[in-house]
Amino acid sequence: MGVFAWVAWYAFRRHTAYPLASLAEAVTNTVFGFLRAYVLTALWAARPHLGGYDATDAVTFTFLTQALIGPVQIFGGLELSRRIRTGDVAIDLYRPAGLQAWWLADDLGRAAGSLVLRGGLPLAAGFLAFDLRAPGPAGLAACVPSFALAIVTGFALRYLVALGAFWLHDDRGLASVALVLSLFLSGMIVPLVVFPGPAGDVARALPWSALVQVPAEVFLGKRTGAGLASALAFQAAWAAALLAAGALATRRARRRLVIHGG
Amino acid sequence: MIEVTGAAKAFAVRRRTGRLRRSRTVVHAVRDLGFTVPRGAFVGLLGPNGAGKSTTIKMLTGILAPSAGTVRVCGLDPSRQRTALARRIGVVFGQRTTLWWDLPLRDSLDLARRLYRVEGRAHRARLAELTDLLELAPFLDTPVRQLSLGQRMRGDLAAALLHAPELLILDEPTIGLDVVSRATVRGFLERLNTERGTTVLLTTHDLGDIERLCPRVLIIDHGRLAFDGDLDRLRAEVGGERLLVVELARPGPPLRLPGVAVDRVEGPRQWLRLPEGESAAAVIARLAAGHEVRDIALRETGIDEVVARLYRGDRAYRAQ
Repeated sequence: MGVFAWVAWYAFRRHTAYPLASLAEAVTNTVFGFLRAYVLTALWAARPHLGGYDATDAVTFTFLTQALIGPVQIFGGLELSRRIRTGDVAIDLYRPAGLQAWWLADDLGRAAGSLVLRGGLPLAAGFLAFDLRAPGPAGLAACVPSFALAIVTGFALRYLVALGAFWLHDDRGLASVALVLSLFLSGMIVPLVVFPGPAGDVARALPWSALVQVPAEVFLGKRTGAGLASALAFQAAWAAALLAAGALATRRARRRLVIHGG
Repeated sequence: MIEVTGAAKAFAVRRRTGRLRRSRTVVHAVRDLGFTVPRGAFVGLLGPNGAGKSTTIKMLTGILAPSAGTVRVCGLDPSRQRTALARRIGVVFGQRTTLWWDLPLRDSLDLARRLYRVEGRAHRARLAELTDLLELAPFLDTPVRQLSLGQRMRGDLAAALLHAPELLILDEPTIGLDVVSRATVRGFLERLNTERGTTVLLTTHDLGDIERLCPRVLIIDHGRLAFDGDLDRLRAEVGGERLLVVELARPGPPLRLPGVAVDRVEGPRQWLRLPEGESAAAVIARLAAGHEVRDIALRETGIDEVVARLYRGDRAYRAQ
């Protein structure tokens, strides 16, 4: 195994080191799932077939996206930004391994741990309380690459925000902006199909929709055949573009680097 | 092992000078720095806070590229050949850790092994040796967050040395450590240098480290090399003076003795500064002849005082 596989493995171990904390997060995600589900149920009762979804789609969408909060880390944040602020990034920059690849591996391990500990409960509770739409074996198989690409795209975005700390010395402003964009444009607040006309088209073309909206559509079985291929290609293209931007920003950052805190 | 010629590092700092206006000033962290460290040496790097020590270390490890001059470590250009260099040197930043906070120390050491591609058998032998020398056994399986600072530092040293580097660079490795931990770390570094022949460059504010470990000292001040030599020369160059503490029978005015300055008077006690070359015996004889003396103590200038004087710039000093 290469070093990055080990980094991912130890990150997985690290992020599953506190199962009780993860359980608490999963419970929170589940409770909010119920709140969102009831709001959307009311919305779909008033406007059935809104955006081409029925009420079951909407509620399934809700619990699935609640389960994805942890793995995709929709609320943003990457430990790297704190390390840049305190100067601990010196350790990362000195290592004989690429900065971005190291943190991607770390994040994949974290996401896997989060999927295991935080993904199950919201979905299980949703299936028990509501009549959710479950994908068949082919649908589940399609979810695997789609979720993986959602996680990678999410990382690539958060990595760029974190690197902002090299220029801004503090990434909190940037992180707040990123949070709002991420919540609204990923489909986390309401499915993007609800956004009307051109606004919806724009939202669906932006990278954030690769985090939640697209994987949810794959889960709901709304993307099959060529639709599935285009969904995965869309996610892969954004992941590649954002990772490339991250690689470029890393090179720039190395050149103009100031290590904080001596 | 290390060759630094005319190295400089400048940072642009933006400062707010008006509501919207900002001015750009250039801060020279290091300027025209030059020194060499031969293979097998143990060299101490000293300097007041903000003198440019950490910047120097970051240039040596390839984290920062020098704005001018050349830096060579193990024959490599650190900023261009960082990865190749990192496999040949070990670095410990005393105030930062390479260990994974939530995992047992053993896991961090295993990851270090994967990072530096140490082959299995060599790793086991090396780990056993380091475990023994650094007394890691009692906490190898403890999560790093539960380690004391001294234990963590020993863990960090082990992580930096698993790949048997030729050069070890230490940035304040004994900061915050208690006397016992400090002694363990010092003893270990000494053995590493003498028995294994590892070249060591150590920055510290703890002059005990320097006295115990470093035959040669480099002092950086204001980004420049202010001194390069051994401790005895440093003492001689900066302050060969000694201090004579005299306790008289009664308090009185400052003593008047030819060639001797009174540094301080506290009741019956007086501190006299003996210039270089002045015989203490002669001064004491003269003193006893004219005064009733109750007690006398002679103090060599401590290394702390020597360095403090150097930092304050009490006397003109220059690089060799």
